Order: sequence, then C-alpha cells, then structure tokens
Amino acid sequence: MTERQVIDARGSFCPGPLMELIGWIKMAQVGDEMELLSTDNGSVADVPEWVKKVGHEYLGAREEAGVWHIAVKKLK
Amino acid sequence: MESSKISIVVVSGTLERLQMAAMMASVAAVSGNEVHVFLSMNAMPYFVKGDSTPAPAEGPFGTLMAGKKIPPFRTLFEQAVELGEAKINPCSMALDVMGIDGKALEPYLGEPMGLTKFLRDARDAQVWTF
Repeated sequence: MTERQVIDARGSFCPGPLMELIGWIKMAQVGDEMELLSTDNGSVADVPEWVKKVGHEYLGAREEAGVWHIAVKKLK
Repeated sequence: MESSKISIVVVSGTLERLQMAAMMASVAAVSGNEVHVFLSMNAMPYFVKGDSTPAPAEGPFGTLMAGKKIPPFRTLFEQAVELGEAKINPCSMALDVMGIDGKALEPYLGEPMGLTKFLRDARDAQVWTF
C-alpha cells in the first residue's frame, strides 16, 4: 500500500487547507498520495472540485471525530 | 482545463474586503485561471515591504475573523502569485500619492501599472472590485 503524506490543516479556515494541499502537491512526485486533515467543512467540497479541475485523482473523504480526511493522488 | 480571465480591483483597507479579495485571487489562480489584481488606495499601505499592520474590521464578521485562525490575506495574495502565477500590480497613481515607488513594496508584487494597461488587460475578463 502506498504510504500517504499526511497534511495537517486542522484548525485552519478556508482556503487555508486547500492552499496547504496545493503546496504539498507541487513538491510531490507523480503517483504520490496525500491525505489532508481538515476541520473546515468547506474543504470537503472545495478540494474535490479543485482536484477535478486541475486533473489529479480524488481518492475520497471520511470524517472521524470532527476531522475530515481527504485523500488525493498526484497524476501529473 | 477550462480557464477564465479574472481581474480584481482592490481599493479597500478593511479586513473583510481584503480577505475576500485575497481568497478570490488565490483560489481562482490555483484553479488554473489567469488572475490580475490591481491594488490601490486604502489597500496599498498593507503591501509596503515588511508591513504587518492588521486590517480593521468593517463589521461584526471582521471581528469574528480576527479571533480565528484565518489564513492572513497577505499570505493568500502571495500564494496566488507563487502557487497560481497571479499578477498583482500596484497602482502607479497610489504610489505617487503616497510618495513611494514599487521597490518599497513586497517583492511578490509586479511593476507599478496605470489604469490604461489594467483596463486593456481586463477587457475580456470577469472583473471584481473590493
């Protein structure tokens, strides 16, 4: 199983979590998977929108104890 | 990837307006749109190199924001440039009125610009004002 880079953006408000994810994606290799931790509900909608728009793979999201875990794979 | 041209004029000096302008610029830029920001008037002093003056709240929401971990508007504007290739140009008239030149501003800002060029660049863009 691919090890995922965890990006902890808990406590940050929109668009902070999205910007943190983007910063990490820029540094990652193609094929790398990332898991964004966010307490901002807006991110759950924003991140998949952004991922779809720019052409990466959205791997899904789950909520655990008030924290969203949003997984993304860099495709290009 | 579908891309729009988005021009944003920022003349306000209050937290809510600066924050919304920064949110719009950064999210639009990282989503593949061509973003041009024109900074002038009350927005300009916040972008003098090293300035960290907090922007005053305009209303109750600004007060709420000031107490939470909101990404700073300056950081979002810088991210718009670094992560999304946005162009942020200071208004040359505002610099003249303040008695400073472009070198006194944060390095992620572009060259001073006049309205003629900004309006020409914005002719086929969505235009937003704050």
